[in-house]
Amino acid sequence: MQIFHRSTNTIAKVSIFGSIFFLAFFAWVFSTLLRSSYVTGQYVVKKQPVPFSHEHHVSGLGIDCRYCHTSVEKSSFAGIPPTETCMNCHRQIWTNADLLEPIRASYRDNVPVQWTRIHDLPDFVYFNHSVHVAKGIGCVTCHGQVDRMQLMFQNASLQMEWCVDCHRNPVKNVRPREEVFNLNWDPSQPVDYRKYMPLTAQQASDREWTPSAEDVSRLHAKFAKEYNVRSLTSCSTCHR
Amino acid sequence: MAAMAAMAAMAAMAANDNESERNLMDSVKPKGKCGAEAAPRPGPARLDVAQVRERLQAKKGPEFWRSLDELAATPEFEELLHREFPRHASEWTDGVSRRRFLQLASASLALAGLTGCTKQPNEPIIPYVRQPEQIIPGKPLYFATALTLGGYALGVLAESHEGRPTKIEGNPGHPASLGATDLFSQASLLTLYDPARSQTILHTGRPGTWGGFVGEMSARLRAVQALGGGLRILTGNVTSPTLTAQIQDLLRATPGARWHRWEPAGHHQSFAASVRAFGRPLETRYDFSKAKVIVNLGSDVLCEGPAGVRYARDFSEGRRVRANRPEMSRVYTVESVPSNLSTVSDHRLQLPPAQVEGFTLALAQALGAAPAGGPALTDPNIQKWIQAVVQDLQANRGASLVVADEYASPAAQVLVHAINQALGNAGNAIYYLEPLEADPVDHVRSMAELVRDMNAGQVELLLMLDGVNPVYTAPADLDFAQALQKVPLRVHHGLYEDETSEYCHWHIPAAHELESWGDARSFDGTVTLIQPLIDPLYGGKTSHEVLGALSNQPDATAYDLVRQFWSTRLPGLTAGLARAAQDTTGSGGITTTLGMGGFSGTTGGSWGPAPGAAGSNGSGSAGGDMASGAGNPPGTGGTIDTNSASATGTGTGAAGAASAATASGTAGAAGDAFEAAWRQALHAGQIPATAARRTTAAVAGGAAQQAAGEIAAALSRSRPGQITLLLRPDPTIWDGRFASNGWLQELPKPISKITWDNALMVSPKTAERLKVTFHDVVEVSAGGRKIESAVWVLPGMAEDTAVLTLGYGRKRAGSGTGQGFNAYPLRTTRSLWTVPGVQVRSLDKRYTLACTQNHHVVQGHEVDEDELANREAQRRHVVHTGTLEQFRRNPEFVREEREAPPPDLDMYPPYRYDGHAWGMAIDLNVCTGCNACVVACQSENNIPVVGKDQVLAGREMHWLRVDRYFYGDLDAPQIHNQPLPCMHCEHAPCEVVCPVAATVHSDEGLNDMVYNRCVGTRYCSNNCPYKVRRFNFLRYSDKETPVLELINNPDVTVRMRGVMEKCSYCVQRIEEAKIESKVEQKPIPPNWLQTACQQACPTRAIVFGDQNGREWEVRRWKEDPLNYGLLEELNTRPRTTYLAKLRNPNPLLEPAAEGAEHGHA
Repeated sequence: MQIFHRSTNTIAKVSIFGSIFFLAFFAWVFSTLLRSSYVTGQYVVKKQPVPFSHEHHVSGLGIDCRYCHTSVEKSSFAGIPPTETCMNCHRQIWTNADLLEPIRASYRDNVPVQWTRIHDLPDFVYFNHSVHVAKGIGCVTCHGQVDRMQLMFQNASLQMEWCVDCHRNPVKNVRPREEVFNLNWDPSQPVDYRKYMPLTAQQASDREWTPSAEDVSRLHAKFAKEYNVRSLTSCSTCHR
Repeated sequence: MAAMAAMAAMAAMAANDNESERNLMDSVKPKGKCGAEAAPRPGPARLDVAQVRERLQAKKGPEFWRSLDELAATPEFEELLHREFPRHASEWTDGVSRRRFLQLASASLALAGLTGCTKQPNEPIIPYVRQPEQIIPGKPLYFATALTLGGYALGVLAESHEGRPTKIEGNPGHPASLGATDLFSQASLLTLYDPARSQTILHTGRPGTWGGFVGEMSARLRAVQALGGGLRILTGNVTSPTLTAQIQDLLRATPGARWHRWEPAGHHQSFAASVRAFGRPLETRYDFSKAKVIVNLGSDVLCEGPAGVRYARDFSEGRRVRANRPEMSRVYTVESVPSNLSTVSDHRLQLPPAQVEGFTLALAQALGAAPAGGPALTDPNIQKWIQAVVQDLQANRGASLVVADEYASPAAQVLVHAINQALGNAGNAIYYLEPLEADPVDHVRSMAELVRDMNAGQVELLLMLDGVNPVYTAPADLDFAQALQKVPLRVHHGLYEDETSEYCHWHIPAAHELESWGDARSFDGTVTLIQPLIDPLYGGKTSHEVLGALSNQPDATAYDLVRQFWSTRLPGLTAGLARAAQDTTGSGGITTTLGMGGFSGTTGGSWGPAPGAAGSNGSGSAGGDMASGAGNPPGTGGTIDTNSASATGTGTGAAGAASAATASGTAGAAGDAFEAAWRQALHAGQIPATAARRTTAAVAGGAAQQAAGEIAAALSRSRPGQITLLLRPDPTIWDGRFASNGWLQELPKPISKITWDNALMVSPKTAERLKVTFHDVVEVSAGGRKIESAVWVLPGMAEDTAVLTLGYGRKRAGSGTGQGFNAYPLRTTRSLWTVPGVQVRSLDKRYTLACTQNHHVVQGHEVDEDELANREAQRRHVVHTGTLEQFRRNPEFVREEREAPPPDLDMYPPYRYDGHAWGMAIDLNVCTGCNACVVACQSENNIPVVGKDQVLAGREMHWLRVDRYFYGDLDAPQIHNQPLPCMHCEHAPCEVVCPVAATVHSDEGLNDMVYNRCVGTRYCSNNCPYKVRRFNFLRYSDKETPVLELINNPDVTVRMRGVMEKCSYCVQRIEEAKIESKVEQKPIPPNWLQTACQQACPTRAIVFGDQNGREWEVRRWKEDPLNYGLLEELNTRPRTTYLAKLRNPNPLLEPAAEGAEHGHA
């Protein structure tokens, strides 16, 4: 006796065939979701006790990164400024601003300000700022144009594929150590290029000349060689 | 993707299985409603010594063996060989119904997909309000301080991460440490954080206040003073100059007050011996570097006592054989209980205690140090020994050393003094110090007097300081608890609420040494300063503060008191003052005059990374500079909290007040001079020029004769078949004070490898005679007192001898409550360490002991049936041994024995290492098996404690273990140690079987373990011939107790359930060093990088470094002819290699034919 009608054969075929699409769709959804800023936190502004503007302090006032992030050249951790650092200026200016009350309260009561972490790596990842800085990786490479961020957000996905992308081929991100903290250094601009690479006579004579992609990568390669930058992909480089 | 999901589901299922296993184990019901009945885990099978002998008759056992099970090739042992974990540990035998299984399986499948979708929660980031100077977030600081045991200080550097101590290292500039540590100092970190520590002041069992205590004390003290006596203070051994001065001040201010002392495992016997021999109490110290022939009469000085770490170092220098220096000292050990020292001895003779003393007597007589006569030891072997030892000693007059056992009778120790004097060793390898205590007393008598006075009602107020626990530790015949109740006011001050605090009106929580200011003397008398790393976690008070409450300084902090004491006494200060009087220009000149001569050299070592010396991980120093010395650390011990900062202010005031006596014009300058000297002393961790004076002493005329008579009498009293019980401090929890310390509890005890318990150790023969065996419970009685204990059969024990360690069977000891068997009830004032003539009666009971000797067995060959039948060739390449003579004749003998495969035997293209190639070598010749490395590794790498139940299942997590092998005769074996970390194989068997590439080869030859990739298949551990991989069967790391998170090393991941882990060669230290070198743009200085085990090792048996670097010591070791790889015939190419163990036997005792003896027959 036939339980199933003949037409069910078609359904069976379609579902077998369709399952491939379904799985592929599922995989696509999964991978898109994993890379979405919902999961990575990329470009997401988080609530902070004080709406601190990097744009104002960095590009507006020209404060160097290291004024606040003091240990970036010495330690794995770049450092979050103690309240005292804020008060260095804000005991003089904007002393009554409401926005700054949490800072003043912290200083008064000796209770730290609790900021919300923006760049939060998983606990099994050991990132070290000092060595990246020493190898000529600029702040802007990972943190983006912080000097244009009114409120701080995470500029890169900080996923492992993103880390490994550079760790496999770090040369493209190496810059002169002098420019590590310069957020606007751009080797494709003649003025920034010329400082570090001698120009040929022809290049020098051409007023309209701008560095080509090869020129720029020569510059990167020069400093990568000078700083002995190597591709480090052993697991224990980051996982311990 | 689907595969990944399935894998995750599997992992989750496995995890759930384990969880349910634990749950079910907790609630085993006799009749479960669903499914099969849950069977309790079976106890170990009963193994009789007689059975072992029977089997040995039938076929020869292996030459190197770990246990009687192996010797007899019991089925259980064979099972362990084939499976790393016993069957009941890895199989799901708990009764779970099919239905329940399906529920769990489907639930985990459903949840597995979801667990991957957790979104990281927002984390706060909390900066300082005012960042302390010197602190660089992410960089540790090191502070020189000291940890004490039995009153004696070991100088250490404590690592502090943003104010929380995370690791203890030795202080390279300190004479007792020289950069190494012992297991107690490593583990004291866990005691600091122990949540079981007492946390509140208790008044009659209810929470009290410090103010209330101070109030009552001052009122009662006035009453006591009016009565004209009645204040008694009880402490342990005190060498602290400040505390001594405080107590003496209090005694002076309170007429009739007395100070009693009781150190349960103190130097009672040597004290008595010294009084008898020299007429005064002197401290005996050894200089092993000057001894070519060492006769050890039962001691374990390398691992116990105030100078163990230093002695081990000096001893090891005389035992380190290299091709260019084929020389070593010769060590004879005559003992009743196998000791760590015996594992590195050339000859070992096991004798019952009375005969060890008889041997001492015979030795003394033969050397003319004691009058002849009396009963002789007639055994021809002993006669031969005496002859050989005497000859060797006489040939090395002035360069030999006879070491007495601290626990031997005073008479025997008097004879040892006489022997050393007769040999001209006094002043050379043995020397005497004036006592380190200001007022040395005989502790036993002191305690007896206290009890007598308490019983007589003469004690009004008893103050028990610094964790003394007399109710538990006092000699049983004194019946301390009974007497204590007659004292109207009883005060206890200690880290834990214990047996004594239960009887006390007041209990004051003590501050741990890492929370305290203080001082103590080390073995040579050097005053070592103790500075706090952290504010008291549990509101503890130091003894200084408790005593301050009784004197007129109730509010003085320990800092004030210690500083005040030293304000007029710091050496160099007087010179500074004199200079200050001349030089009115200011303090600048004074600071330089306080350079303190040769002493200043040590300060660099203590802070920083002087190549080959300090080499702490990363550059911990505040300067943050690796080798250049630029940005030098400030010359201060520094303090880490604002509290101390304010204390500095008051302290300066105190110093100023103290120097007010000097001319007012120089007062300020004097304060500065003191400040400079004080800071320098703090920075170095010690006060210079405070070592005790060496003194000469001659053994009094009649002393040796009297001692000889006593020993002869004891020897003639002893009857064969009469069991002598020896009581000894426990090798891991000492006298019981570390009972709550999980690291020490779970540490396999040297030689016996038992964890979490003590046991009555007997020799195989004695066990047969008593008809007892492993895990049997017996009743031990002597003089009407009796205790129960489980039995452990330990090869190497002398006949008719049993040993039971102290410290177990605690009634109130935090997490150590109820573990093991209390030996104190058999300990009386007359039999402190030796109880002759005990009765041992077998009770029909069993108590399962968790012993790790059969865990993680390394098997030399594939085992097939033929080989099981004749196991001669086994362990061929596990422990290589030989003799010095053999090595001199043919330095290459180890190489010739090795079966290393040809270097081109390889299926894969070889790895290339252009940069570093990390490697380790371990010198078996100097490893004493002390276990300091194991605890150091545990502390450095956040290794969890799993508990006795899990140890029984073979799941202890130590990354580094010390395997102990017996060699030869069941009844008189030699003992060998072999520390075993991960081998970091070039051809790692684990790497190729991991389905998710969670264990991979790094470009510097490390065998990396990636926790976040691991899904817990355990294939790697199955495939590891060295059995060094550890699996988190359950969630062992404690994440529920916030205070225990503070102890974690922030540079090492805390592992979760279901993850494999193993030794990483301290990769965090490697990476830190590499980063440091890149930031500094300098290569890593040779020998600068040390692993945790290497740094802790007192004998420097472990060396680690870059095999590619010419200057690195590890490279020289690897090129040594003694170097061999473990199981290298498997072609794993281990990066960890061993230097073969050599013995230097006396030809008189071991004819040359025996000289061919070595690792394989």
